Amino acid sequence: MNNTAIILDVIYLVGSVTFITGLKMMGKPDTARRGNSYAAFGMTLAILGTIFLHDGPIAPIIYGMLFGAFAIGGIIGWMVAKKVKMTAMPQLVSLFNGMGGACAALISIMEFHAHAGDMKTIMMVMAGLIIGSISFSGSMIAFAKLNGNLNSNPRIPFYNIINALILLITLGVGAYITLGNITDFMWPCIDLALALLYGIMFVLPIGGADMPVVISLLNSFTGLAAASGGFLYHNKVMLTGGILVGSAGTILTIAMCKGMNRTLFSVVFGAFGAGSAAAEAGGASGGSIKDISVSDAAVLMNYSKKVVIVPGYGLAVAQAQHVMHELEALLEERGVDVKYAIHPVAGRMPGHMNVLMAESNVDYSKLREMEDINPEFENTDVVFIVGANDVVNPAAKTNPASPIYGMPILEVERAKNIIVNKRSMAAGYAGIDNELFYNPKTSMLFGDAKKVVTELVAELKTM
Amino acid sequence: MNDVLAFISAHINLFYILILMIFVGVEVINSVPSVLHTPLMSGANAIHGVVIIGAIIVLLNADPNNYVELILGFLAVILGTLNVVGGFVVTDRMLEMFKKKPAKK
Repeated sequence: MNNTAIILDVIYLVGSVTFITGLKMMGKPDTARRGNSYAAFGMTLAILGTIFLHDGPIAPIIYGMLFGAFAIGGIIGWMVAKKVKMTAMPQLVSLFNGMGGACAALISIMEFHAHAGDMKTIMMVMAGLIIGSISFSGSMIAFAKLNGNLNSNPRIPFYNIINALILLITLGVGAYITLGNITDFMWPCIDLALALLYGIMFVLPIGGADMPVVISLLNSFTGLAAASGGFLYHNKVMLTGGILVGSAGTILTIAMCKGMNRTLFSVVFGAFGAGSAAAEAGGASGGSIKDISVSDAAVLMNYSKKVVIVPGYGLAVAQAQHVMHELEALLEERGVDVKYAIHPVAGRMPGHMNVLMAESNVDYSKLREMEDINPEFENTDVVFIVGANDVVNPAAKTNPASPIYGMPILEVERAKNIIVNKRSMAAGYAGIDNELFYNPKTSMLFGDAKKVVTELVAELKTM
Repeated sequence: MNDVLAFISAHINLFYILILMIFVGVEVINSVPSVLHTPLMSGANAIHGVVIIGAIIVLLNADPNNYVELILGFLAVILGTLNVVGGFVVTDRMLEMFKKKPAKK
């Protein structure tokens, strides 16, 4: 081992340490941002080390292509990441995850010839190929779903069996290539196609509400794909980073499932919607809904002692966070106690809503987590629900047939008055009816969130 | 069977890393507030961008006269860069929101 190789190894060691400490620091709000910078620094170091401490001559054309690729990928990645709206974060994470998966699959395709016939290493090549491809195509479907390009959750009969079959064949072909010392390039191409198909079939039937869990799962898949590259190149930083993400991602996936009171099994094998027919039959008793005008709503809030705002994804989509902050300030000025109730899975991902509210300068101390705010609803005069639905659906507590049964919810029905702003009576993301709207204490304030809240602010100013 | 044993013995330190990192990953993520799940997932997403190292190695070892290899390697590096740069920048943007604001009067 010559000196450059040892230095490179030390650099990889430093990189691995920054990944671990970085991820650890990201677990606390105070240090999170610094943790991310640490990991980014370690990554940069590892990349530069790999290039400049490379053993052997490098042709100028390769240098050119390398830095050309950095420039293209870096500029596009930077621009997209900087420009995208905060509401679109989840699909962006999915998109970048897919890029990593595709990268791993491409590496495997290119390495096939060099390792074909060598059972020990071809196994890792095939693992990277299969996992990377599944992660890529799955992430693209998740991206399209969250982006609203793809709304259907098609459920062909026996789809679980068909999917299991596709996965089995994919793995079977992989095993055949590995154990059979196959050198024909056609076979890995077939396996690539099969794995891509499986990724699509795996994510396609899963409903939008479960998408964060799926993204998190695919995220850990990509980690494993990167780790298989670590075995292939005997590269310890790839192994460390990959396995770290694979393991942390799995735990994160399980934690997310717990937050929604779902099991990973039910997310993957039985999507929302299967039980909704039963829920509709049992839950929505119909009943009448009550409208409220903007001025009545303004009066009600103006003369309240305590108002709790429940922001949902609808608020963020309408970009009403800023005007909501204005409403809150106006009410506070008049001596009304205003709080925000943040459900753990409000928005599209756990913690997504906190990010969105923080973006519009809402005071961190006004954002209350579910466990803290639930006992406070008892002495709350007005709950103002803006663009949220499933997280306040009492069916989660009362209707065992409901697909969201058991999910912890914000217990808004204990407040004295409930005002719900929605664009229409359409069902929420889980696609189920909400009996809260038929509650005698509930008044509906229909309209676009931004428009309605702006009108409320204008109305309050005249009082 | 011998092949498998040979593989394990040749990579025994990698297997140690593998096992230890599984535990580290679990330990690092455990008991993180759900508020931070989204940024954490995004951060982890950026870290698995380390796959770019593999793409760089492939491109560095490519035959300068083999255009198929060059183009595929080029693509792989672009994809990896997207993952790394996009991942870290998005995470930073999210975490920027979590910085403590001066208390209002």
